[in-house]
Amino acid sequence: MKIHEYQGKELFRQAGVPVLEGIVATTADDAVAAYKKLGGGIAVVKSQIHAGGRGKGTVLDNPTQKGVVVCKSADEVKAAAAGLLGKTLVTIQTGPEGKTVNQVYVEAGCDIARELYLGIVLDRASSRPVLMASTEGGVEIEKVAEETPELIFKEHFDPAIGLEGFQVRKLCKKLGISGAAAKAAARFMPAICRFFVDYDCSLTEINPLVITGDDQMIALDSKVTFDGNALFRHKNLLELRDLSEEEPSEVRASESGLSYVKLEGNIGCLVNGAGLAMSTMDIIKYHGGQPANFLDVGGGANATQVTEAFRILLSDPNCKGVLVNIFGGIARCTTIAAALIEASQTVGFTVPLVVRLEGTEVEEGRKMLADSDVDIISATDITDAAKKIVAAVG
Amino acid sequence: MSILVDSNTKVICQGITGNAGTFHSLGCRDYGTQMVGGVTPGKGGQDVEGIPVFDTVEEAVEQTGADATMIFVPPPFTADAILEAVDAGIKVIAAITEGVPVLDMVRVYEKVRASGSVLIGPNCPGLITPGACKIGIMPGYIHNPGKVGVMSRSGTLTYEAVWQTSNLGLGQSTCVGLGGDPIVGTSFIDLLARYQEDPQTEAILMIGEIGGSAEEEAAAFAKANVTKPVAAFIAGRTAPPGKRMGHAGAIISGGKGTAEEKVAALEDAGIVVAPTPADMGDAVVKAMAKS
Repeated sequence: MKIHEYQGKELFRQAGVPVLEGIVATTADDAVAAYKKLGGGIAVVKSQIHAGGRGKGTVLDNPTQKGVVVCKSADEVKAAAAGLLGKTLVTIQTGPEGKTVNQVYVEAGCDIARELYLGIVLDRASSRPVLMASTEGGVEIEKVAEETPELIFKEHFDPAIGLEGFQVRKLCKKLGISGAAAKAAARFMPAICRFFVDYDCSLTEINPLVITGDDQMIALDSKVTFDGNALFRHKNLLELRDLSEEEPSEVRASESGLSYVKLEGNIGCLVNGAGLAMSTMDIIKYHGGQPANFLDVGGGANATQVTEAFRILLSDPNCKGVLVNIFGGIARCTTIAAALIEASQTVGFTVPLVVRLEGTEVEEGRKMLADSDVDIISATDITDAAKKIVAAVG
Repeated sequence: MSILVDSNTKVICQGITGNAGTFHSLGCRDYGTQMVGGVTPGKGGQDVEGIPVFDTVEEAVEQTGADATMIFVPPPFTADAILEAVDAGIKVIAAITEGVPVLDMVRVYEKVRASGSVLIGPNCPGLITPGACKIGIMPGYIHNPGKVGVMSRSGTLTYEAVWQTSNLGLGQSTCVGLGGDPIVGTSFIDLLARYQEDPQTEAILMIGEIGGSAEEEAAAFAKANVTKPVAAFIAGRTAPPGKRMGHAGAIISGGKGTAEEKVAALEDAGIVVAPTPADMGDAVVKAMAKS
């Protein structure tokens, strides 16, 4: 689960990670009021969307309007907020369609001496969290990793213990941080690592992390993603979820226990199991088609879920045909067949439907489909299924 | 021979009184697995269709001599259940549960690796030595005793691979579902080493997916240490970056973990890579013919 920058900063503040004062606003007038409350002077108006690259991002149809604006007066704040709120911001992470800006964060300015990068993720290779820091703050870290990986410094830590003092000293040495700033780092870095663990994060990223003219270390940005599997022990975080940032069909699918990702193609896929679902997309493409989605109905798929899955697939206007690929394990082919028949009655199939069934109770399942009046094209194996659906959608 | 489990393996189920635990314990027993007991705290002394239930794993081991367990307890309690099994000296632990918090697995991983136990999963279908011992949720009938060691990060895609090798008359030595999470107890490398040593295994089929670098590491290991023919398939060639494809581990992030990189690493190691999921069995045949 992702949250907005301003929400992440509020959590940082509570965790003892230094951030600047800021106020979130949904109208230009509120943004001006926020600016005045912050004491005027230099302030930054930052669009709040669940995607990075906002500083370089621009508003759709208005390329002069950047996603993050440094302002020196109330008028500038007003103009920046008006130029962003309700508009669509396109960044390198949003895709060409962009994301609507519903909120801006008005933040006090500060005297920036240096910009660094700091990120914490799980390192799968070592099965431990890793703190990554770099002197190359403010730019795309993927680019740094690609071009100058020697400028990214890593320290793994044990979640039960956190970051040790000597690890901070090693990082400071490599980052060229000394004196009062190193003392600030000795408080900041362990605190952010503790934050990552305490909130079961899958990502905590600060880009840029700044050192001010008076040697303070401050998180100028926050990008936080929580492990969805751990939300049961962080019920308070659920209210931070912003459904307007998520694809509506994906939200609907997750409410039904389905794993769904919308894609650009025209062949809807309904598959049990994530690996098989990915492979089904792959083989469709191999035979010249384009999958409209990834959809895993899960191991214990029931009639309600399969019906809902069909509703979601068929509500996509791009969907010109559906491929059902089921290898029954826990899920029985008879259950899927019954669900297909029910879905055809309640949802109604308006596009060609290719069905490939295999596994538990397959003979009975195939017979149920054959005996029903559901109009399906049956396939014998995964290649046959892919070829038939590609042919059917033309 | 086989790896990890055989007809002598004595299995318990942690979480046996839950719906899934009961259903699959009986399924495994029907297949021929020695299901000697189950564990549900507070329900010791009961039985599930003749399978005795104990309060603790320690007690179950003392009473039944169990050396393997399959875990169906809910996600918040899975890490604890794994640690309880390790503590009781269980040798093979298959954690079927999906949705375990990843930091729980960080905590468990180190302890399991430092013990003499092998953890399969979590978020996996389990493991099976056909005709001898099934521990998990896979449909038993698609398997045949035979030559191919099958290991996979996916569930139903493994069934697809098993089905293809069965239809080709190859059969399987032992099939292991490693699990779809970012941190799992056993890697491809761990199993490559075991398959290499196992006389029954004549060829190895590895089914990977996008995300992480487990396949690249396995390719390097196979190149240096495995003399048996190896075939592979990578799921997710068409998956877009940044989108999580069902499994928590199946995500291309920061341009890493793409199918292209994995296929290149595998082919560089002399591994035959199936171009589509329909060709996994054929890839094994090709790998065997090549060597």
